[in-house]
Amino acid sequence: MKALTWHGTHDVRVDTVDDPEIINPRDAIIKVTSTAICGSDLHLYDGVIPAVRPGDILGHEFMGEVMETGKDSTLTKGQRVVVPFTISCGGCFHCKMQQYSCCDNSNPAEKQDMSATLYGHPMSALFGYSHLTGGYSGGQAEYVRVPFSDVGPIVVPDHLDDDRVLFLSDILPTGWMGAENADIQPDDTVAVWGCGPVGLFAIQSALVMGASKVIAIDHYPNRLALARQLGAEVIDFRGTDVREALMEMSGGIGVDAVIDAVGMEAHGFAPDNVIDIAKQKIGMGADRAAALKQAILAVRPGGRVSIPGVYGGMTDKFPLGAMMEKALQVRGGQTHVQRYTKDLLEKIEDGTLDTTFLISHRLPLEDAARGYKCFREEQDSWTKVVLKPGMELGQTK
Amino acid sequence: MTINTQSSDRKSGRTGATAAIASAALAVGGIAIGAAIARRRAASTDDAPERSRKNLPGGNALVGRTVTIGRSREKLHGFWEKIENLPEVMENVERIERNAETDIWHIRAPGGTTVQVETRITENVPGERIAWESVEGSSIDTRGEVTFRDAPGDRGTRVTLVMSYDPPAGALGRTVAKLFRREPEVQARHDLKRFKMLMETGEIATSAHRRDRTRAAQQETE
Repeated sequence: MKALTWHGTHDVRVDTVDDPEIINPRDAIIKVTSTAICGSDLHLYDGVIPAVRPGDILGHEFMGEVMETGKDSTLTKGQRVVVPFTISCGGCFHCKMQQYSCCDNSNPAEKQDMSATLYGHPMSALFGYSHLTGGYSGGQAEYVRVPFSDVGPIVVPDHLDDDRVLFLSDILPTGWMGAENADIQPDDTVAVWGCGPVGLFAIQSALVMGASKVIAIDHYPNRLALARQLGAEVIDFRGTDVREALMEMSGGIGVDAVIDAVGMEAHGFAPDNVIDIAKQKIGMGADRAAALKQAILAVRPGGRVSIPGVYGGMTDKFPLGAMMEKALQVRGGQTHVQRYTKDLLEKIEDGTLDTTFLISHRLPLEDAARGYKCFREEQDSWTKVVLKPGMELGQTK
Repeated sequence: MTINTQSSDRKSGRTGATAAIASAALAVGGIAIGAAIARRRAASTDDAPERSRKNLPGGNALVGRTVTIGRSREKLHGFWEKIENLPEVMENVERIERNAETDIWHIRAPGGTTVQVETRITENVPGERIAWESVEGSSIDTRGEVTFRDAPGDRGTRVTLVMSYDPPAGALGRTVAKLFRREPEVQARHDLKRFKMLMETGEIATSAHRRDRTRAAQQETE
């Protein structure tokens, strides 16, 4: 089959590799019909997440058709399914508490030591996202082996086309959980850093949850326009003092909740961020946390900090004092996707959530390497790339 | 019985800390679990298990690990009691041969060879505990026990595996020493995780995407 494989920093290629096969009883093989490039794939592309190996198949946002099932799978051949990026067994201590992204049993035993050393506990497994999270082959491929197929994949009705449901795999529930972790109350003013796909879905979710005002922060005009189209007020951080603006726009109180949908590769030219960029470049591995630092200073005392943005390591000059002295609540985490898929599918079906507005490009799988390059270098116009195995080269819709 | 011959960490080249622990263990050797625990308890002022002490007096011949598994004590004991089941979760154990009085463990060793260890069950309390020790003349002097205790509420069972070991002198001893250098503690941890996976999910997680590339399949062909 064809699959997008990682070969090094800024070097991904579509290679021909072996088709996957059923190994464990609960497995299923999915024939991919749509798969997206995620902002967090760019962290792999930029080489800032460790333990990615040449030949690894990337991709964790995908959906398709069930081709084959193991004897304990509950799926049947021919069903259309969206697959959560988190691999979860459904039966361990964490899964039973619906903390699916903390599953004990999905990351192979021999792969758990790396993340256990880094984080104190091993991470659970994710598709196509480095050997820290299991080294599972990802979804930017024609076929994928999906473990625990009785727990993760959600069967979608035929009248909802791929573009409307694909993002149930990651960015929609990630934006939703980002808003939920901000514990939004009806009169709240909420600020969201980053108008990439997760930020945009967090904005939409915060408004559905009843926030009275959402303020979006970015520097790409097209992304800010998408945020405004959803109903957010916007701040361009290149020309505006963000903290000053947020104080004024929240009546001098400060915003009630902040959502960092940027993560470890924050832009911006604050001195500490420039130092973090330099450290990342020379392999000292500091996360660039400029957005999060600014968010912690901007949130009102007693407010909430939600971190859906991806961080992988350590960061320097963290405003720990502000966190304690202002009595902040902080929540983060990889998304417990399986907790949200059913409810969010209903919200897509009844029109509460629009999931197609952010797709800027549709490419054949063979063109995936160009998709990565442009998604990284032309962030203003390439807001979301969907890859379609089987689509004709040269076709763009 | 978690003598590792197929180190999971060979590729990443991590051998340092636990190798040192294993070496220290070899230097001391011959410590029965009970004696070791008793001696250390005397020097301890807190409630942590002896195996988590820093700077253990006399080195560390003890390997121990606890996992919580969401299944009943009886079910878990039942799996372990059938000792021939264990190679399914202990990837360096090729097979276990059951005889009337003893069990012979065929353990994979470097260079495609195997080391055999003969043990006998010294205690078997259903739902609670299984203990074993090597018989006289076995190539490795070892003792071990696995205990099953109720976890709080409906969390299942706390399973603790504790082992001590003492390889012999001479050429065989050097081979065995090589085995032990491959991070027995890491191996114990991995084996218990695989046991937990099998009990809780009915399968052992693998990220291979072809059957011939799972670790189990690759060990068969090595």
